[in-house]
Amino acid sequence: MSMTTILQHGLTGISLGGAYALIAIGYTLVYGILRLINFAHGDIFMMAGYFMIFSLASFPWPVAIVVTLLVTTVMGIGIERMAYKPLRSAPRMSIMISAIGVSYLLQNLSTYLFTAIPRGYPEIPFLKRIYQMGELSASFVTILTPVLTIVLVVILMILVNKTKTGMAMRAVSKDFETAKLMGININRVISVTFAIGSLLAGVGSILYFTDRMSVTPFSGTLPGLKCFVAAVFGGIGNIPGAVVGGFFIGIVETLLVALGYSTFSDAFTFFLLIVMLLVRPTGLFGEKTVEKV
Amino acid sequence: MMNIKKNHLYSLITVVLLMIFLYWLNANRMQNGMLVSVLQKGVILALVAVSMNLLNGFTGLFSLGQAGFMSIGAYTTAILLIPVQNLDGVYYMNGVHPAIRAFKMMVAQSPEFIQIVFPFIALLLGGLLAAFAAAIVGVAVLRLKSDYLAIATLGLSEIVRAIFSSPQFDQITNGSYGLNKIPNFPPMLWGAIPSLITPFIVVAICIVVMVLLINSSYGRAFKAIREDEIAAEAMGINLFKHKSMSFIISSFFSAVAGGLLAMYMRSIEAKTFSITLTYDILLIVVIGGIGSVTGSVLSAFLVTAAKEWWLRFFDQPLFIGSFEVPLFRTGFRMVIFSILLMIVVLIYRRGIMGTNEFSWDRIIGRLKRKNKEEGGRT
Repeated sequence: MSMTTILQHGLTGISLGGAYALIAIGYTLVYGILRLINFAHGDIFMMAGYFMIFSLASFPWPVAIVVTLLVTTVMGIGIERMAYKPLRSAPRMSIMISAIGVSYLLQNLSTYLFTAIPRGYPEIPFLKRIYQMGELSASFVTILTPVLTIVLVVILMILVNKTKTGMAMRAVSKDFETAKLMGININRVISVTFAIGSLLAGVGSILYFTDRMSVTPFSGTLPGLKCFVAAVFGGIGNIPGAVVGGFFIGIVETLLVALGYSTFSDAFTFFLLIVMLLVRPTGLFGEKTVEKV
Repeated sequence: MMNIKKNHLYSLITVVLLMIFLYWLNANRMQNGMLVSVLQKGVILALVAVSMNLLNGFTGLFSLGQAGFMSIGAYTTAILLIPVQNLDGVYYMNGVHPAIRAFKMMVAQSPEFIQIVFPFIALLLGGLLAAFAAAIVGVAVLRLKSDYLAIATLGLSEIVRAIFSSPQFDQITNGSYGLNKIPNFPPMLWGAIPSLITPFIVVAICIVVMVLLINSSYGRAFKAIREDEIAAEAMGINLFKHKSMSFIISSFFSAVAGGLLAMYMRSIEAKTFSITLTYDILLIVVIGGIGSVTGSVLSAFLVTAAKEWWLRFFDQPLFIGSFEVPLFRTGFRMVIFSILLMIVVLIYRRGIMGTNEFSWDRIIGRLKRKNKEEGGRT
C-alpha cells in the first residue's frame, strides 16, 4: 500500500472517528449519570437520519439542520421522561431492559413508517464539494467532521467545567443520592444530559450519513454499539476519553476494511472491548472506582 | 402428602392430554399448518428463553450472548446434517472443505442405527461445542459485572457471527451465502414419535434437566449469587465455579435450541443470529417473568403466536364497510408488539408469572377462593 492510499484511508478513518466520537459522548454522559447503557442511543442517531431526510425535503438546508437537531433533542428528552424516569428506583437491570425495549420500539416504528428499504440520504451541496490536497482528495464533510467534533467537545468541556449546570452534572455523576440531598434538581440535570447527548448524536448523524448516502431502520444498531465500546475504551464517564476512543475505533475500522478484513471490522471492535474490560476496566482515562460493599 | 400425589396426578394427566393433542395435530397437520409452525417455533424459543432465564433470572448474570451460542449449535447441526448429495448444491460458490465431505461419506456408509441417531448426535455436538466455547470465554468474561457483562457477551455473539460469515471460512460455513437444504426434524424411537413431535420431546427433556438443576443445591447456590454475591461467597459458595457452570449449561441448551431452529427453518445464515434474535428472546423472558421457568415457556408460546399469527391482521389493510381503517399496513404488528412490551417493562414489571412457578395448589386455591366468595354472596 502506498503512502497516499494509507493517508487517504487515514483521512476517511478520522472522519468516521469524529462521527463516532460525537455519538460516544452521548453514551458516556448518560452512563456517567444514570449508570445506564442507553441502548436506544444508536436508534436516536438513526432516527435523526430520517428526520434530516424529511426536513430537507421541505426546508432549505440551514433550517433543515436546525429542525433535525431540535426534533432529535426533543425525542431524546421524551424517551428519558417516558421510558427511564418511571424506573429510577428500579434495579439497574430493569432500566437496561427498558432501554433495549425503546431501541426495539424505535426500530419497529421506523420500519413501519419508512419501510425497511434503504432511503437515500440527501446531499447538502457544500458538504459534498471535493477538495484536492496534493494527491489526496476529500469531500468537505471529511475535513469538517474532525474539526467540528473538536470544537463541540471544547464547548462541552467548558459547559461541564465552568457553568452551574455543568457543576450539577458532575455532582450527580459523582454521587446521585448526595447530589439530591444538596438540592440539585436531579430530573433537570438528567434531561439536560439527554438533550446534550441527543443533540450531539444528531450532529454525528448528519456527518455520518452524508458520507454513507443511505439510512435503514437498522443502520443505528452497530454504530451505536461501537460508540459504546469507544466510550468504554476511553473510560466511561470521561468526555475526552470518549473522543479518543471514537477516533481510535474509526481509524482502525477503516484500515481493517482497507486491508480486506471488512467482515472482521465489527468483530475487532468487540474484541477490543473485551480485552479492554479485562486489562483495564476503567478505560484509558477512567478514574479508579473502589468497590463498595 | 396427599396433596403432592394429587398434584403429580394432575401433571400426568396434563402431559397425557398434551401428547394426545400433539398426535392429533400430527394426524391433521395439513389443515393446521400455521398452528404446527407456531407451536414448533414457540417450543424452540421456549428452550432458549429458559436457558437465558437460568443465567439472567436465576444466577443474576445479565448475558446477551444467546444468539451467538445458538448460531454455534445451528451451524454445527446444519453442517453435520446436510445430506452428502446436496453438498455441491449448497456450497456452489466456494466448494466444500474435503474433510467435511469425507466425514459425511463415512456417516452415509455407517450402519443404519448410527444414521438414525445421528441427528441427535449432531444436536449434542453443537451443544458441547458451544459449552466448550462458553467455558473458555467464561474465564475472561465472567469477571465482569452487570452491564459490562451484558455488552461483552453481546460483543462475543457478534464476533461469532463475524467468524461464521467471513470469507476465510467459506468452505465450512459457506460465508455470507448461508446454509440450506438442512433436513427437517427426525422421527424418534423408530417412528413411534413422528418427526413433528420430536422438537417438543427434545425441548421437554432439556427443560426438565434445567428444572432439576435449578431445584438442586447448585440451583440454590445460583439463586444465592443472584441475591447477593458477597454474602454468597461468605457462605462458602465458589463464585467463579458456579457462575461458569451456569454460563456453560445455559450455552449448551441455547446451542441445542439453535440446532433445532436450524432443522425448523431448513436454511440459516449468519444474519439470522444477529442481536435482534437475542433481544427477541430477552423480551420473551421479560414478558414471562425474570426468574420463572413456566413463565418463560408460557410467554414463548404467547409471544410467538401473537407475533406470527394473532397480530398478523394488523399488517393487512382493514375495511369496515367501505371505510379503510388507517394505520393498518406492513410493520404495524411489530409496532403494537413493541408498545405492549414497553407497557410490560414499565407497568407490569413482574411479567406474566413474576418469580413464581406454575403450581396446581395455587390454581386450585384460587378456584376455591372464588367459589367461597360466590358462596358468601348468595
